[in-house]
Amino acid sequence: MKKIATREAYGEALVELGRENPDVVVLDADLAKSTKTIDFGKHFPHRFFDMGVAEQNMLGTAAGLAAAGKIPFCSTFAVFAPGRAFDQLRNSIAYPRLNVKICASHAGITVGEDGASHQSVEDIALVRAVPHMTIFVPADAVETRKAVQAAAKIKGPVYIRLGRAAVPVLHAEDFLFEPGKALVMRQGNDATIIATGIMVAEALTAAEELAKEGVSVRVLNVHTIKPLDVEEIVRAAKETRAIVTAEEHNIIGGLGSAVAETVCEHCPVPVHRVGIPDVFGESGTPDQLMEKYGLKAEHLIAAVRKVWELKK
Amino acid sequence: MEQEKIAWLQNKAREIRTHIIRMTAAAGSGHPGGSLSAADIVTALYFHLMRLDPQRPSWPDRDRFILSKGHAAPLLYAALAERGFFPVEELLTLRKLGSRLQGHPDMKSLPGVEISTGSLGQGLSAGNGMALAARLDGRDYRVFVLLGDGEIQEGMVWEAAMAAAHYRLDNVTAFLDYNGLQIDGPVTEVMSVEPVAEKWVAFGWDVQVIDGHDMVQIIQAVEVARQVRGRPQMIVARTVKGKGVSFMENQVNWHGAAPRPEEAERALAELAAQAGLAPN
Ligand SMILES: Cc1ncc(C[n+]2csc(CCOP(=O)(O)OP(=O)(O)O)c2C)c(N)n1
Ligand SMILES: [Mg+2]
Repeated sequence: MKKIATREAYGEALVELGRENPDVVVLDADLAKSTKTIDFGKHFPHRFFDMGVAEQNMLGTAAGLAAAGKIPFCSTFAVFAPGRAFDQLRNSIAYPRLNVKICASHAGITVGEDGASHQSVEDIALVRAVPHMTIFVPADAVETRKAVQAAAKIKGPVYIRLGRAAVPVLHAEDFLFEPGKALVMRQGNDATIIATGIMVAEALTAAEELAKEGVSVRVLNVHTIKPLDVEEIVRAAKETRAIVTAEEHNIIGGLGSAVAETVCEHCPVPVHRVGIPDVFGESGTPDQLMEKYGLKAEHLIAAVRKVWELKK
Repeated sequence: MEQEKIAWLQNKAREIRTHIIRMTAAAGSGHPGGSLSAADIVTALYFHLMRLDPQRPSWPDRDRFILSKGHAAPLLYAALAERGFFPVEELLTLRKLGSRLQGHPDMKSLPGVEISTGSLGQGLSAGNGMALAARLDGRDYRVFVLLGDGEIQEGMVWEAAMAAAHYRLDNVTAFLDYNGLQIDGPVTEVMSVEPVAEKWVAFGWDVQVIDGHDMVQIIQAVEVARQVRGRPQMIVARTVKGKGVSFMENQVNWHGAAPRPEEAERALAELAAQAGLAPN
């Protein structure tokens, strides 16, 4: 299967957007080669602003650009925005509902060798608790391009979470990306894995394996964490009565929390959250870390077995 | 200072550079450029200027060193290992799963690391905190902080600069690794920090500008800084990013890329050839 990092797709999508819309401007904080905004910078140097190692100033400046009619896309690593620049995101951008897009790369533990200081396990939780925010967590390169296009059309603040590592391409170019609408990637009746970002591929592998044992697993791809597709999640709870969530993020405050809250309110069934177990990451290869923190298909299979038992 | 000690320190810096190359090559990732540029400063601190006891890493009266530019972790680890804080052999575990030598310094895992860094711009504030604690406890230790020239674009650095002067923290001595490069290019092109010495003067600091690869100047600057009363001191050290390895010098691409095996060999051969030679 072809593998592309979502940040690569982001870089290409920005150039496309730059051609279509002269109001699109891009800001970075001395990481343009890593976040891939450098492509936009090369094509549209006068609409590209490197702010240096100053993430808070970057988001504050973006607020001003947006207030004056521009559509700023800001990029750095997820630990630095929303992380470092959280208050600027909250007070200067989200509260006044300004049209700023924060597109952070290097989210999660697949950052790898740089270690815990650079591995954001909490960014979804931070942004999800802020009113007015839309959150996209693309699963592959195609979804990333569509999310960037969708973000440009939304009038308001959007957070897009991107990764460093190359991940499998799951979608055909012509699939329909609707903000706020979860995708049923695979039908099934015995349990549902609700996944986001790079965990969608793991979920599909797990479902494939379980099918061999006669367990029919539905896979939901929640590319929009906020607003959450309550209808599709409740449908999965009602029809399969057992849910596993999967995210490359702390099990606190991210997709797992959002799904558990929703299921509890509307249709209580067993929910098991697979994600980073409320710890900081560490140095290692992405693959070693996915294994150590329990984010592989095998872990999803074990989790499905668990909820399947509980449901009986 | 006697010529012999200077030559010994210069050779120690060369050994530390050798470790930096070996470590990043073995890890296959990491930050050689900014580690090499500050190698002479960190060698002078750990092998001559700081009051330390590797057997007692938590000794309350020790001088503190804070690597605010945490990506230069290979440099800090090499100095700590050479100074006896942990076995030199452990250096080759850099960035590997389970290693105490994390990609960026982690104070919980490794003795001798005074504060966890990696998110730029935060080290000087922590240094101020340690300096205030020294004052409260009546201790006479000194806090050394190493900052990058790209790093000082962070607003928090200037909040800390203001606070150090406001609280008259004359037990804080900072170095600026003034190598002129950050990740996206030359500092002057990405986001100029000029005029840099004047900024620190305006913030109320005692400021010296030196050649950051000249061991004598580094040592003398700290001796001068120690005499300053009532003000924190900044030593602006002009350096060359990648110093000591010809093909890495002043090359922005060596900020965060590890040498491949054949590149590491070339680098190590160059460093070996510098033994016994004055580095300038
Ligand atoms: C808050 C924060 N933003 C961004 C980064 C990513 N980053 C690591 S090193 C670096 C450039 C630093 O340049 P400089 O301080 O000049 O370092 P040196 O040249 O001494 O290596 C950046 C942007 C970071 N570690 N922390
Ligand atoms: Mg620099």
